[in-house]
Amino acid sequence: MSSEAHTSAEYIKHHLQNLTYGQLPDGSWGVAHSAEEAKAMGFWALNLDTFIMSLLLGAIFMLVFRSVAKNISTGTPSGLQNFCEWAIEFIDSSVRGSFSAKNSMVAPLALTIFFWVFSMNLMDLLPIDYIPLLMSSLGVPFFKIVPSTDPNATFGMAIGVFLLVLYYSIKMKGLGGFVGELTLQPFGKWGMPVNLLLEGVNLIAKPISLALRLFGNMYAGEMIFILIALMGGAWAGASLGSATLYGSQILLSLGWAIFHILIVTLQAFIFMTLTVVYLDMAHQEHH
Amino acid sequence: MNINATLLAQTIMFALFVWFCMKFVWPPIVAALEQRKKQIADGLADAERAKHDLELASKRSAEILREAKEKAGDIVSHGEKRASEIIEEAKVQAKLEGDRLVTGAKAEIEQEVFRAREQLRTQVSAIALAGAGKILGREIDAKAHNDLLDKLVAEI
Repeated sequence: MSSEAHTSAEYIKHHLQNLTYGQLPDGSWGVAHSAEEAKAMGFWALNLDTFIMSLLLGAIFMLVFRSVAKNISTGTPSGLQNFCEWAIEFIDSSVRGSFSAKNSMVAPLALTIFFWVFSMNLMDLLPIDYIPLLMSSLGVPFFKIVPSTDPNATFGMAIGVFLLVLYYSIKMKGLGGFVGELTLQPFGKWGMPVNLLLEGVNLIAKPISLALRLFGNMYAGEMIFILIALMGGAWAGASLGSATLYGSQILLSLGWAIFHILIVTLQAFIFMTLTVVYLDMAHQEHH
Repeated sequence: MNINATLLAQTIMFALFVWFCMKFVWPPIVAALEQRKKQIADGLADAERAKHDLELASKRSAEILREAKEKAGDIVSHGEKRASEIIEEAKVQAKLEGDRLVTGAKAEIEQEVFRAREQLRTQVSAIALAGAGKILGREIDAKAHNDLLDKLVAEI
């Protein structure tokens, strides 16, 4: 339990607060020290923890793969190269399975999404108090280690995917074709407003579902970790109740963490697959 | 949990990572995988071809062996035939030679017999003459009756 948090509510709030950099109420720029301060910063603020962690994880992924790509040999692969080749073949085959058009960008995009999201989700498995404790001892008030529990990160990626969907829809079908797809089906040209409403919802639902699914899963998972961590925090002297709570925290967090290995991978895979499917739909001519 | 400029930063970061991956990570690894795939395929094709070649070579060697055996058999039988021919020829020649020798010997013997008979006849006539001379006495002149004697000799 963090030294600053005294009640369960404070503990939870502390763990769910991003380290936000923006304009403080007194007009100067700095890091918000409370949730209210962070809220007051408005749009032009930056969640430093999300930004730094996602940049770091993405950079590690890129460096590992780049170092393999630079020294790649066609002989017998070993170690890291073996892993990267396996990853690439896995991504390549699953992209081939769901993407029928020709586009040299989709497979690298899928690889990036999978490993970036996977590594961001994986931070969930770090013991939840270690990093915030370390950071608060360094004088940093908050540090949320899992970037994918920040909707900014998931929506940021979803918006990127959405822009690609729009770009390829217009590139493949032409502006007229794309607008036609949005307005001329399913009810023909006399049902244009209804069509636009239905297809518009359909279109907007893509990035929102992408972002919210990942965010919701990781946020809920993180929340369960926090609640499990509270059990041991309820230690109140050497009584049977305290010992039971403490023991169940260990068992439950172990169980939840093992379950989370599945969730982490699955969510990364789902994000990747849905992106590929959405792009495939953007490439397809319907009529 | 506020939506703020992190959104933009994440989008830009995402775009940069995708660009980097597309530019510097994906192509070399995929190219290497393709190349290895090709190498393996080539290797397998080579192995297949080598196997085929081996099959051909063993078939060919068996054929050559068979031919060689056949030829050797031919040579042996030819040699045997020739040997028996030579033996036959030698036999014929020996027979001829023997016949010739026998004929020569016979002729010589005949000649000897003839000569002996001649000599005998001469001696007999001489003896007969001498006998007759002794019987007739000295009257008969050897010179005067030479013609008669010769005729007598020829008759004997």
